[in-house]
Amino acid sequence: MKTVFKRTPVLKDCPTHYCPGCGHGIAHRLLAEVIEELDIQDRTIGIAPVGCAVLAYNYLDVDMIEVAHGRAPAVATGMKRTNPDHIVFSYQGDGDLAAIGTAEILHAAHRAEQLTVIFINNAVFGMTGGQMAPTTMLGQVTATTLGGRHATGEGYPLQVSEILALLPGTTYVERCALSSAPRIKQAKKAIKHAFQLQMDGAPGLSLVEILSPCPTYWRLAPAKAMAWIEEQMTTAFPIARLKG
Amino acid sequence: MCGNEALAEAAVIAGCDAYFGYPITPQNEITAYMSRRMAEEGRVFVQSESELAAINMVFGAAATGKRAMTSSSSPGISLMQEGMSYLAGAELPAVVVNVMRGGPGLGNIAPSQGDYFQATRGGGHGDYRHIVLGPSSVQELADCMPLAFDLADQYRITVMVLADGILGQMMEPVVLEPKPRRPLPPKDWALTGMKDRKQNIVRSLWLAEGALEELNYRLEAKHRQIRDNEVLCEEYRIEDAEIIVVAYGIAARIARAAVDRAREQGVPVGMIRPITLWPFPSAQISAAAETFRVFLAVEMSCGQMIEDVKLAVEGRCPVLLHGRPGGGVPMVDEIQDKIRQLTIRSGAV
Amino acid sequence: MAGKIVIDTERCKGCGLCVSVCPKKVIIISRESNRSGYFPAQTDDIGCIACGHCAIVCPDGAIEVYQGEVDHIQIVATSTKRNAPQLIEEKA
Repeated sequence: MKTVFKRTPVLKDCPTHYCPGCGHGIAHRLLAEVIEELDIQDRTIGIAPVGCAVLAYNYLDVDMIEVAHGRAPAVATGMKRTNPDHIVFSYQGDGDLAAIGTAEILHAAHRAEQLTVIFINNAVFGMTGGQMAPTTMLGQVTATTLGGRHATGEGYPLQVSEILALLPGTTYVERCALSSAPRIKQAKKAIKHAFQLQMDGAPGLSLVEILSPCPTYWRLAPAKAMAWIEEQMTTAFPIARLKG
Repeated sequence: MCGNEALAEAAVIAGCDAYFGYPITPQNEITAYMSRRMAEEGRVFVQSESELAAINMVFGAAATGKRAMTSSSSPGISLMQEGMSYLAGAELPAVVVNVMRGGPGLGNIAPSQGDYFQATRGGGHGDYRHIVLGPSSVQELADCMPLAFDLADQYRITVMVLADGILGQMMEPVVLEPKPRRPLPPKDWALTGMKDRKQNIVRSLWLAEGALEELNYRLEAKHRQIRDNEVLCEEYRIEDAEIIVVAYGIAARIARAAVDRAREQGVPVGMIRPITLWPFPSAQISAAAETFRVFLAVEMSCGQMIEDVKLAVEGRCPVLLHGRPGGGVPMVDEIQDKIRQLTIRSGAV
Repeated sequence: MAGKIVIDTERCKGCGLCVSVCPKKVIIISRESNRSGYFPAQTDDIGCIACGHCAIVCPDGAIEVYQGEVDHIQIVATSTKRNAPQLIEEKA
């Protein structure tokens, strides 16, 4: 029997705390597979955000650090600048990166820090109970937009990739999704490319935005959540390779 | 050399690997000086987008075992408080310089000691302490840096150097030379890549039942150890003193002159000058309060350190204040008058 | 080329994504819960073409995919790893 698919050792052999059908599990696995395939496990340092993925260090078998909410790009800067030969990535959710951490990600990009940022966009604050995030869709019901998000009151979904792609300091920006097997394969390719750039010492920040399902707080069954990404989320967050 | 540049050069000599800072008066000379010197030494300098980002950059560099520092002034240090709580929770060594200015709010850029509470009680969330050094001369300010880095590495704690606008700006001759490092524990906890060891995790999140309580007890044990071993304080002419001035930093420089003048007029006055503001020299002050004396706290604030003095004296003697907040600087004659009033009242003369 | 998948029924949380993406519709949700109380996925492998889509979408990395000649022992589901007792006996 030929093995077609096996679990990567970079992903620790333990159950995760994520909800059934949550995209974090998939994203973690892609990240772990890329680290294994690029053979950089022993010189990679990962940053876990504050959010559902704060416990990423329990799952990813690389040196990990857990930092204050939204500050990952600043912490990553401190790490990468003092350890240029290490591979530093930050794994952040939409609340972490696009809400409280906006200044940090913008300036890390603007300073062309040689970092890889995995940005999980699931349109809500997961850990704290499904509140509105900067990337919540118009009309989307959340714990803090019970009547659906309205542009007048709560503004528009924030398109981080497009913004960062404008900055000369970013070298690669792509938005992917986890909504189907082909999409997931594409997301893995993007993650791998982002890490490859950092390994090659390409100047500038690489960011992979990943549209990820949150069945629990979208109040959708996992398979339907995947469909919601394809049909709804991609309208505000088009899947595209925006730069590099 | 001005105080700001002296402390910066001393940090470079002490082996500072990375400096992260943001412009704010009255400490701009540190940032400017470091931008030149760190480049010359091939080390890391980053001007961050905010003090909040700066402390988190320190957090990142420190987590990989590097000697990292930042400097700012009062409002900037307020922005760093979240980061300092995380540094404490993750037990990371770091050096933070606060060149205090008048507050609260935007305040002014005059010297002040109004951040004493924030520094010694901790402005961040949770039960934590960090070491606070209170130099009172340019030489001592410079000497604080190697000491701060050593203490930080030895105890895996943040060390704050609490200076003020005068100390930072004033110029004095200073001797800058490498100091021998203390024996320091290896940083095997640092994030250096898993080459030939298991995964290291730097974190301050402890969700398991009782785990955070356990961490707090560990931190408390560390704090006790620091209290027992690292207190620094100067006792100046207190043997026969019936009035004891307690002052630190630049206020102590001024008070010293007042003490000397009063002595010339036969007033039995002395001074206790805390150098480590945390751990506070409570034992020394308590010992001084064994015999009846009048304590006079001289501060550039409405009276913050005075509370630590009162705690140490425990009501055995009166503890009075001569304080000038908001950038006001007590003059020598003011302090002298205050001492004279105390002598008349206590009938010492 | 027949295929076979092995589902770690202890780790599976019964999210059903594999069920939805399987082109051959050979995966179903078991009626017996695992120790964590989830109803895991299971398959009788008949018709599996080892395309791997189920494993790719699985958020918990609970599926391993094998390809090659399969003599028709129906291994319904086995618990690999750790000492979890084998919940579902081999089908008669």
